[in-house]
Amino acid sequence: MKRLLILGAGTGGTMMANHLHKELDKNLWEIDIIDERQIHYYQPGYLFLPFDIYEPEDIIKPIKKFIPNGVNLINDKIEKIIPEENLVKMANGDQLHYDLLIIATGNDIAPEEVPGMKGSEWQKSVFDFYTFDGALALRNKLREWEGGNLVVHITEMPIKCPVAPLEFTFLSDSFFKEKNMRDKVNITYVTPLSGAFTKPKATETLEHLLVEKNIKIESDFAIESVDNENKKIIDYAGREIPFDLLVTIPTNKGNEVMARSGLGDDLNYVPTHKATLQSKKHENIFVIGDATDVPASKAGSVAHFEAEILTENILRYIAGEPLKETFDGHANCFVETGGGKALLIDFNYTHEPVEGTFPFPGIGPLRLLQESRMNHMSKLAFRWIYWNMLLKGTHIPFISTQMQEEGKHFN
Amino acid sequence: MEKVIAGKTIAVNDEGYMTDLSQWSPEIANELAKEASIELSPRHFEVLEFLQNQYKNEVPLTIRRVGASGVVDIKEFYALFPAGPLKMSSKIAGIPKPASCI
Repeated sequence: MKRLLILGAGTGGTMMANHLHKELDKNLWEIDIIDERQIHYYQPGYLFLPFDIYEPEDIIKPIKKFIPNGVNLINDKIEKIIPEENLVKMANGDQLHYDLLIIATGNDIAPEEVPGMKGSEWQKSVFDFYTFDGALALRNKLREWEGGNLVVHITEMPIKCPVAPLEFTFLSDSFFKEKNMRDKVNITYVTPLSGAFTKPKATETLEHLLVEKNIKIESDFAIESVDNENKKIIDYAGREIPFDLLVTIPTNKGNEVMARSGLGDDLNYVPTHKATLQSKKHENIFVIGDATDVPASKAGSVAHFEAEILTENILRYIAGEPLKETFDGHANCFVETGGGKALLIDFNYTHEPVEGTFPFPGIGPLRLLQESRMNHMSKLAFRWIYWNMLLKGTHIPFISTQMQEEGKHFN
Repeated sequence: MEKVIAGKTIAVNDEGYMTDLSQWSPEIANELAKEASIELSPRHFEVLEFLQNQYKNEVPLTIRRVGASGVVDIKEFYALFPAGPLKMSSKIAGIPKPASCI
């Protein structure tokens, strides 16, 4: 019997367990998946929790519900990977030998990277919404907050879901309007980038929306520290921005296990071949989702497209065939713009988001890079698709793994 | 696009970043720095050389990586190349604008 070991039962790991359970010969392969947590979080829901749009129970379910029968779920902490010996050491002392390893350990916030960020004001006037606890604490704060300077801030790139901070900003504007207190709130969007987003055409559209909603943008801000006493963020050039409520996206880092195992880069991301998803260092290790260092967005949609290609490549690897170099960095993201609208962006390594129609070229029904109610309804419907189709590895109709160029208005 | 600087013709893109590192010279760097009101010191050149080596080795550049390099810390990096040090230093070093952006 050979063993395929999956580290992490989040979006990427769970999808791989489901795909490979269907594909691998059960007489030859044992599949194990390890996660120290019991709960699977629907991470896109963290955006809606602070505004009381979703309740906690909408976004948490038991991990085991999504792991197919026949796949062994191990509920324990990983200590270290020893790739030279094909071993994973567990915190409880157990050692697991693998023939094939899939790393799907994701990424997490690391507020301790910035002096003062996790200081005396943490979860009092300084919040994150990239964790369940953070989003819930921020919800409680927003329920009673009476206004002032709201600063939405990105520490450094790359981050999980690079559009989420903008969505949070747009939803704040709507939230305070609905509470009839928008005039009591100044909203500032602070980014280390030179503009609102990482891609030029989408940046144009998104900056227009910021202006329209009376949101100030502070760009090229590389934070040095958070001053808890005077409630200011300060950058390396000495620029200071005061806040009454700071919602920050701290530095994002891959799992510490990668650092302990010598498998990660300076942010604990695993160097990964960007078209095959094989580790650059060890040929029997594959990587999926936020844990990789590939230059694609860290997002569930990306992990979904990766899973389809990775499944094929793992079967090829087992059969001794050359891997397919077909992952193109495809990402597909709904961007909430507030007031019950959203826009949709669809892009890959080489093509930035542009206007057009999706998924049917020339028809739609969804419009790319333009606000619409239908995009917003699709984003809300996506939660059902996530729990019921995506995690189970069911192909989503009409959505191709590789990005389609047709129906998009490239220059 | 082409640009004449320090008596030499160099290839640049529409944002003024050089597109051929082999055309770079310390004299050109001095002139590019002047356009950004910076007078280059030997310390600046140490940083420029580090950036060029990273680029040649295809290591993507971020402020964090420069700060952790041991060549210069982030505070000094800002002091040497004020306001957007990574972009400014890349331009003067003759390498492409860093794409820390995904």
